[in-house]
Amino acid sequence: MDLSFITESLYFVKPEIAASASIILLVLLDLIFHKNKTIIPYVALAGIIITGIFVVDQFNISGFAFLSTDNPKYGMIAVDNFGAFFKLIIIISSIFVVAFSAYSDEINKITDRLGEYYALIFGMILGMLVLISASDLILIYLSMELLSLSSYVLAGFTKLRDRSSEASLKYLLYGATSTGMMLFGISILYGLTGSTNLYIISAALQTQSLNLLTLAFSIILIFAGIGYKISSAPFHFWTPDVYEGAPISITAYLSVASKAAGFALLIRFIKTTFVTFVDDNGNWQLLQVFDWESLLIIISLLTMTLGNFTALWQRNLKRMLAYSSIAHAGYLMLGLLVFSNQGLIAILIYFTIYLFMNLGAFFIVMVIANKTGSEDIDDYDGLGFKSSFLGVSLAIFLVSLTGLPPTAGFIGKLYLFIALVDAKMLTVAIIALLNTVVSLYYYIRVLKHMFLTSPTEKTEKIPLNFGQIAVIIIMLIPILLFGVYFSPVVDLAKSYITILGF
Amino acid sequence: MTSIPLEYYLILSAFMFSVGVTGVLIRRNAIVVFMCIELMLNSANLTLVAFSSFLGNPIGQVFVFFVMTVAAAEAAVGLAIIIAIFRNKLSVNIDEINIFKW
Repeated sequence: MDLSFITESLYFVKPEIAASASIILLVLLDLIFHKNKTIIPYVALAGIIITGIFVVDQFNISGFAFLSTDNPKYGMIAVDNFGAFFKLIIIISSIFVVAFSAYSDEINKITDRLGEYYALIFGMILGMLVLISASDLILIYLSMELLSLSSYVLAGFTKLRDRSSEASLKYLLYGATSTGMMLFGISILYGLTGSTNLYIISAALQTQSLNLLTLAFSIILIFAGIGYKISSAPFHFWTPDVYEGAPISITAYLSVASKAAGFALLIRFIKTTFVTFVDDNGNWQLLQVFDWESLLIIISLLTMTLGNFTALWQRNLKRMLAYSSIAHAGYLMLGLLVFSNQGLIAILIYFTIYLFMNLGAFFIVMVIANKTGSEDIDDYDGLGFKSSFLGVSLAIFLVSLTGLPPTAGFIGKLYLFIALVDAKMLTVAIIALLNTVVSLYYYIRVLKHMFLTSPTEKTEKIPLNFGQIAVIIIMLIPILLFGVYFSPVVDLAKSYITILGF
Repeated sequence: MTSIPLEYYLILSAFMFSVGVTGVLIRRNAIVVFMCIELMLNSANLTLVAFSSFLGNPIGQVFVFFVMTVAAAEAAVGLAIIIAIFRNKLSVNIDEINIFKW
C-alpha cells in the first residue's frame, strides 16, 4: 500500500503535530514530577513557541493535506496565508495566557492539577489550529468538539467554587446543544450534496439544482454551531455566565482565541462554499442559493446592540467585558457581511488589535482581583490614585475597546467602517456607529470610578512585580503604537487574505 | 423484497431530533437534558447512515463512527461536570443553578 500521500501531508500539519506532542509530553511530565510541578508552565511555554515556529514556517506556503478520495484536487486540510495569520493570533494569545496563568492566584492555588490545566490548554490549541484550516465537515465537527470539550473542563477548573462549576455546566449544555444542531445540519448538507468536503460541496451547489428550503435549513443549523463559538446573538446567552464564572485566564483565552478560531471557520466556510469568484475590485460573488447578506446583517446588528445595551447595567467588570466581547463579535461580523477582500483585511486588522486590548483589560482585572478578591466595579473607587500605573493602563485598554483615537482600537473600527461605506451600506454603518457611542458609556463609567471617585478605606494599593509590569507593557505598546503608526499592520493584513481555491 | 424508502429514515430522524430539542428546552433535570442532547446526536447519525446507504457513499458511515466516539467523550466530560455541580449544590435541577442572571 502506498503511504506516500500521508507522509506528504504531514509536511503541512507540523504545527498540529507539535501541539499533539506537547499534550502527551505534558501529561507524562505531570505523572513524572507529581511532587513539584514548577517545571510544567515552562514546558508548556516551550511547546507553544515550537508550535509557533512551525506556524511562522507555514507563511506563504499553500496546499492541501490529506487529499479527498473523491477528488484528489482537494483535501481535508487547507494550508494558506489566511489560516497562518489566524494561527499566529492563536499562538500569541496562548503565550499570553500561559503568562496570565503564572500570575493567577486562582490557578496557582491548584498546584496538584497544573499538568492537566496545561494539557487541556494544548487541547484547545490543537482544536483551534485544526478548526482554522479544516476544509472538511468531518474535521470541522471533530476539531470543534475537541476545542469545546477542553474548554468545558477549563471553565470549571476551579471546581470547588460553585460559580465555576455552574459556568462549566451552562457552557456544556449550550455547547452540546449547539454542536448537536450543527451536526444535524451537516448531515442534511451531506445528504443534499453527497460529500463532506467544502470544495466538492461548493461544486455541487453550483451545478446541481437542490431544494433551496432544505439547504437553507441545514445552513441555519450549521450557523447555530458557529454562532455559538463566536458568541453571536441569538446564541450568546452562555457568554456572560461562563466568562464570569470561569478563571480569568480562561475567560481571556475564550474571548480572544476561541472567537478567532470561530471567525476563521465562518469565513472559510462561507468563502469556500458559497463564493464563486472574486472580481478585480476584490468583491466576492456569492452563489444565489442562500441570502447570506441579510442573515449576517441582522445577526451582526442584533449582536452588537444586545451586547452593548446589556453591558450598560453590569456591576461586575468581568461580566461587562463579556458583553463587550459579544458586541465586538458584532463589529467583526461587519467586515464579513460586505463580502469583499477589503472587509476581510479589516477583520484581520481588527483581530490583531482586539487580541492586545482585550487580553490587556482582562489581565489588569485579574491582577486587581488577585489582591481584592472582587471584580465589582464599586471596588475600583479611587484605584487610579492608589495604583496609578494599573489605572492608566486599564484606561488605555478601555478607550481602545471603545475605539477612540489615538489608540489602536480606533484604527480597527475605522477600517471596518470604511469597508462598510465602500460597500454602500450606510444604514448599517450608522447603526454600528451609534452602538459605539452607547459602548462609550459603560467603558468610561469604569474610568469614572477609578479617577473621579475619591478612594474609600477599602481601596488598597495593588502590589505589582516586575513580570506583571512587563506583561502589561508588552500589551500596551501595540495599542499605542498601532494607533499612530498602523501601516505595518495594514500591510501585513493585506498580504494574508489568501484563502485556497481562488 | 423491497427496501425501506429513504423518506422513512429521514422522518424518523427528524422526529428524534425534534424530541431531543424539545427535551433540552423543557426538561429540568441536567442528566435528562444531557440524554436529550445524545438523542439529537443520534438523529444526526441516523440521517448520515441513511444518506450514506442511499448515495452509495461510505463517507457518511465513517462520519458516524467519529460522532459516536465524540458522543462518548462528551458524556464522560458532561457527567464529570454534573458530579462537580452536585457536590457543590446537592442538586442537578437546572432551575436551582442560578447564581448568574443577566
